[in-house]
Formats: sequence, structure tokens, C-alpha cells
Amino acid sequence: MGRVVVEVMPKPEILDPQGKAVVGALPRLGFTQFSGVRQGKRFELEVDGDVTPEVLAAAQQAAETLLSNPVIEDVVRVADAATDAAGTITAEGVA
Amino acid sequence: MTAGTLASARIGVITFPGTLDDRDAARAVRLAGGEPVSLWHADGDLRGVDAVVLPGGFSYGDYLRAGAISRFAPAMDAVVDAAKGGMPVLGICNGFQVLTEAHLLPGSMVKNDHLHFVCREQVLAVESTSTAWTNQYLAGQHITIPLKNQDGQFVADDRILDELEGEGRVVFRYQGWNPNGSRRDIAGISNERGNVVGLMPHPEHAVEAGFGPDGEHGPRTGTDGLGFFTSVLASLVSA
Repeated sequence: MGRVVVEVMPKPEILDPQGKAVVGALPRLGFTQFSGVRQGKRFELEVDGDVTPEVLAAAQQAAETLLSNPVIEDVVRVADAATDAAGTITAEGVA
Repeated sequence: MTAGTLASARIGVITFPGTLDDRDAARAVRLAGGEPVSLWHADGDLRGVDAVVLPGGFSYGDYLRAGAISRFAPAMDAVVDAAKGGMPVLGICNGFQVLTEAHLLPGSMVKNDHLHFVCREQVLAVESTSTAWTNQYLAGQHITIPLKNQDGQFVADDRILDELEGEGRVVFRYQGWNPNGSRRDIAGISNERGNVVGLMPHPEHAVEAGFGPDGEHGPRTGTDGLGFFTSVLASLVSA
């Protein structure tokens, strides 16, 4: 069984209120070294067989159409979890 | 506009799993003089309605993103087709979020900038009266209707915002206080044609004296939301 990891982050220009809340809480536990936090999402998509290039391409498409909203989020990673072979994400898709 | 001509107007109200305000929306349609028709998200048949309301709530628990999963409901395929054909569609709160996810309206909603759920009586300026849902208001009129949400911050890039402003598609703007950090105080927008309108505040909760916000005639007398529903009936009669 293969697994594809998809990571989605809020766009840099969009204020991330959740990350802001987290960075505000960190110093209360003594973590004063972190000046910023941004909170994103990680999805793990399972397939019955191997993670083929076709599976990665489908995951990329799913990431852009359902798992993220391009108005507010960027897909920053689509990768085979087993080999951790991350594709380089470009505007054109997985390189 | 008479009650007789309006009696035939049938306004659909779609219920998704997690919708909360469908009954209030149906009641608002009835109070305005229309016939509400309950529609189910899994049914691709809109039952011949003349207009559709996507009510508020937390469809699919807001999982993934608010409105993101509802967008794929069979009823939404029919709504998208009908909207492109000119059918009036109103998205309230979660319904607005569904309309942006379905690409019927631009932009998106993210968490309120202050991170709190907000529930208040909100003053809005009606900036466009040329839509199917606002033609019974006066341009610049201030109305007070409830606002209640957590993911209510309207965001879009500057190009889209300039386009909305330039084309007169900013339909409502928050007055007095921006309750969620929405870009340019925008509370609601329309598509190019003006048949599709979405907003975060809730007109369907301000349609009957005794149950709405405080109004000029005393506590709970506000019925400023009723104009949405009389507007769509008027637009259907004139269509």
C-alpha cells in the first residue's frame, strides 16, 4: 500500500490568524525564540498499489482542486511518503 | 407588485448536512409572500424553483474548508447551471462560502482576524440595488441584520477587489466596525449579472417584528432583512 503526502499552506500574503494565535501562546511556555508561526494542513492519501507518477499526478490535481483553495492557499508539497521523494512544486505541477 | 402576482414564485432552500438556518430562510420567503420549497443537497433536481437560497450553518462541519465539500453536492451542480442561466441565487454565511468554493463568486472567507466567533446585530450599507436580491432597498441605505460566524473574513487579491469595486459588485459594506477583518469592509458581493449574491450576515433572521434585531420602533422590531426576499420576488415578476 502506498501513501502520498500533500501539504497545503496559507498564502504568504494572507494573514494566518491561527498561526498568529499559536505564536502568541509559545512565549507562555518559555519558547521565546520563535517570532512567527504559520499553520497549514497535511493530507495522507492512501493507494492500494505503488505510488506511480500517475498517482502523484492525480494527487497533484486533487490537491489543487479539492484539498486547497487557490484563493487563500498554496500546495507546497506532493510526495511519495515511502521514499519521501518530494516533487518540486511549480506552477506547472510536479517536476 | 401585488400579493397575487407573487403567489406563484417558488423559492428553493437547500439543506446540506450541518445546515442550520434553512427553516428561517424558508420562513422569510413565506413572510415576503413567496412559496418556499425545501431542497435536499443530494438531489440534483431543483423541482422547478424560480430562485434558490443557500442558507447558513456548518455544512459538513466546515471540514477541509467552510463550504468546500458542499460544493460537490448534486444540488450544487444544478444551482451552478441555473445561476449561469440567470436564476437568482442567494448565499447567506455558509451559503456564501459554498458560492465562493463553487466559483460562482470570487474570493474566499478565512477565520475572523480576532479569532473569536462573533454574534451581533450588524449595520450594513447597501451599495448596490441593481441585484436580484437588493432592488427594494435604496442605494446607500443602512440596514441592521444579525451577523454570526467564525470564518467571516472576506479575502481576495487586489485585482479582484478593484474589479468588484469598479463593476459595482460590492453589494454590502460593514458600517461602524469591521467585525472580522474583511478586505475593504466588504460584507457581500454579487456576480457580474447581479443574479448571484453572497453575504456573511443573516437577512433571514430579521424579517418579523418580535424576532429580529432592535429597530427604530423598539426592541426586536427590526425587519431590515425582509427586503432581500421581496426584492427577489419583484425581480421574478419583472423578469
